[in-house]
Amino acid sequence: MVDIPDKNLLAPGHRGCAGCGASIAVKLALNALGENTVAVSATGCLEVMTTPYPETAWEIPFIHVAFENSGAVASGVESALRIQGKDDVNVVAFGGDGGTVDIGLQSLSGAMERGHNMTYICYDNEAYMNTGIQRSGATPFGASTTTSPSGVASFGEDKPKKNMPMIMAAHGIPYVATASIAYPEDYVNKVKKAAETKGPAYIHLHQPCTTGWGFPSERTIEMGRLAVETGSWILYEIVDGKFEITYRPEERKPVKEYLAPQKRFRHLDDELIEKIQKYVDAECKELGL
Amino acid sequence: MVKEVMTSNKAVAEAVRLAKPQVIPVYPITPQTTISEYLAQYVADEKIDAKYVKVESEHSAISAAVGASGAGVRVFTATSSQGLMLMHEILYAAAGMRTPFVLADANRAISAPLNIWNDQQDSIAQKDAGWLQIYVEDAQEALDTTLMAYKVSENPDILLPSMVCLDGFILTHTVEPVEIPDQEIVDEFLPPYVPEHAYLDPKDPMSIGNFADPEYYMEARHDMDVAMNNALDVIQKTCDEFAEKFGRKYGLVEGYKTDDAEIIYVAMGSLCSSIRVIVDELRAKGEKVGLLKIRSYRPFPVDAINEIVKDCSKIAVVDKNFAIGMGGALYGDMKLKIDKEIYGFITGLGGRDITPEALNEIYEITKNGPENDVTWIGLKEE
Ligand SMILES: Cc1ncc(C[n+]2csc(CCOP(=O)(O)OP(=O)(O)O)c2C)c(N)n1
Ligand code: SF4
Ligand SMILES: [Mg+2]
Repeated sequence: MVDIPDKNLLAPGHRGCAGCGASIAVKLALNALGENTVAVSATGCLEVMTTPYPETAWEIPFIHVAFENSGAVASGVESALRIQGKDDVNVVAFGGDGGTVDIGLQSLSGAMERGHNMTYICYDNEAYMNTGIQRSGATPFGASTTTSPSGVASFGEDKPKKNMPMIMAAHGIPYVATASIAYPEDYVNKVKKAAETKGPAYIHLHQPCTTGWGFPSERTIEMGRLAVETGSWILYEIVDGKFEITYRPEERKPVKEYLAPQKRFRHLDDELIEKIQKYVDAECKELGL
Repeated sequence: MVKEVMTSNKAVAEAVRLAKPQVIPVYPITPQTTISEYLAQYVADEKIDAKYVKVESEHSAISAAVGASGAGVRVFTATSSQGLMLMHEILYAAAGMRTPFVLADANRAISAPLNIWNDQQDSIAQKDAGWLQIYVEDAQEALDTTLMAYKVSENPDILLPSMVCLDGFILTHTVEPVEIPDQEIVDEFLPPYVPEHAYLDPKDPMSIGNFADPEYYMEARHDMDVAMNNALDVIQKTCDEFAEKFGRKYGLVEGYKTDDAEIIYVAMGSLCSSIRVIVDELRAKGEKVGLLKIRSYRPFPVDAINEIVKDCSKIAVVDKNFAIGMGGALYGDMKLKIDKEIYGFITGLGGRDITPEALNEIYEITKNGPENDVTWIGLKEE
């Protein structure tokens, strides 16, 4: 199990929805990283819910500048710390899926390519939640969002999720991993490895969102588990270019079990669900699951 | 102290070397490029002990600058034109987050049409971002102003970033003799940056860049207004201290032959050198004319301007920028803040040569009473 630290580095009482997976994501990461860490965040649910001026939920140094630049801001922070000889301080940047795979992609790409010694964690709730559930490049096929709504002539998002971890891997960085808040041991282990990595590390964290996906707040972890157990989200890491699955479901469940409890997929008919199942099967086959 | 012949871009790079920033994120763009090249070489040759961050865009340059300044070190960046426009969003964030670093802008026109030559539209488009803006006339002033900018920005009563604006090509690529001050005296003038308001230290955690609701936002913005006004005094004091240490005198503004002038030109940057020549020629013909050079455009030095223009009868503001449908920015600000008969002239856009004839024409029009409040000078005849 994961150790519960004496001190919670993300204080409770932030303004997230009940059952929010984003705060779980950060709490677990900070447990792994410890106090000697500086955090950067992109604009999004995380930043807005944790830093209502003059308060802050962060017990470690924290900086936010804008939506699309946490990679670059972290580059500046990292450079400033290193030139001051603070080589032991962890630098971690958090970005939502929008802040990472869409508007922040260039800034992140630059940061990764330059080799800064930092960890970037994309907390992926598969849409722009802070601004009211608009689609992002990480929104999965078939999901209904406010800008990819289902309707008479629409089944929701008509493109599959952008494969961000592999885009990061193509940068040739020493550490890339996928993770899920529903598998905390696996996730925390990966954050620790990322922090120990000399150079840039990227973790793409699947983070169920009660409000945006439409499921009861007590089922957050269950949703995360169903994503992985159905193969809709695959846990792996790529260390120095070497790919390895880190968790194999004993028996892969049908995708329908993951889709059915979520409002964003409720409009899908059997044919579309079958299409998603085929897509997931192909993905699992490709990655050897 | 050594004297060398160099461009204003080199002079800025020399000032940066002397100011010892620890992080330098820059991205090249004409006519700023040689600044980023000089600094890369200085870092490569260990003439500066800094981390040179090879960012992939100006947006990331300014973002990394804010991150580094937030982490508590002295920072320098530079850009021009499209690059400054790309930075726009983060310029506001840098000022609002009170990160007191320095940016040199090689003034260049803005697209479209695409144009790489000089005017001042790029920095003027950022005039309300909360940055101090100082326009320089020559290479020596570029060097000296860059040093002074750090001292002013880092003053605890200011804590706003500074933009040093130097005219593209006219200054950035033209060589002049420049005195390079000794490092020891610069160190006395500009001690290391020790921030008390923004640093990211795990031993003493703080959050910066928070979300502020209507209960708090206005006060944060008002504090910036107070700081900008404080800067008037701090800039003048810093100039005085600089003069004492280095023997070169600067101020918020400079009056040239304005004491008994009836008509006063108002301008910023290298154009002032051309106007000085015209003032001399007109004076030789018995015309009572002078020049008011605005060095500090932000903060806008109303008292210092009034002190110089108080007895004149007419003012001719020469802008190398304009707000479409409205006239030049300096003209607009003068009209708003100075109670005088003021006329605006737009000229020199996109590198159009500002000839002596053009400057004489401005004088003649002002003297005879212009038909319009704002006149374009140097347009080609249809
Ligand atoms: C340049 C810019 N464009 C748009 C916005 C508005 N905006 C703020 S947060 C956000 C979406 C954030 O989505 P994501 O990164 O997925 O984070 P989440 O809120 O889902 O945690 C948007 C569109 C902004 N702040 N800045
Ligand atoms: S919308 Fe989703 S991600 Fe945002 S605070 Fe609520 S549960 Fe968390
Ligand atoms: Mg999101």
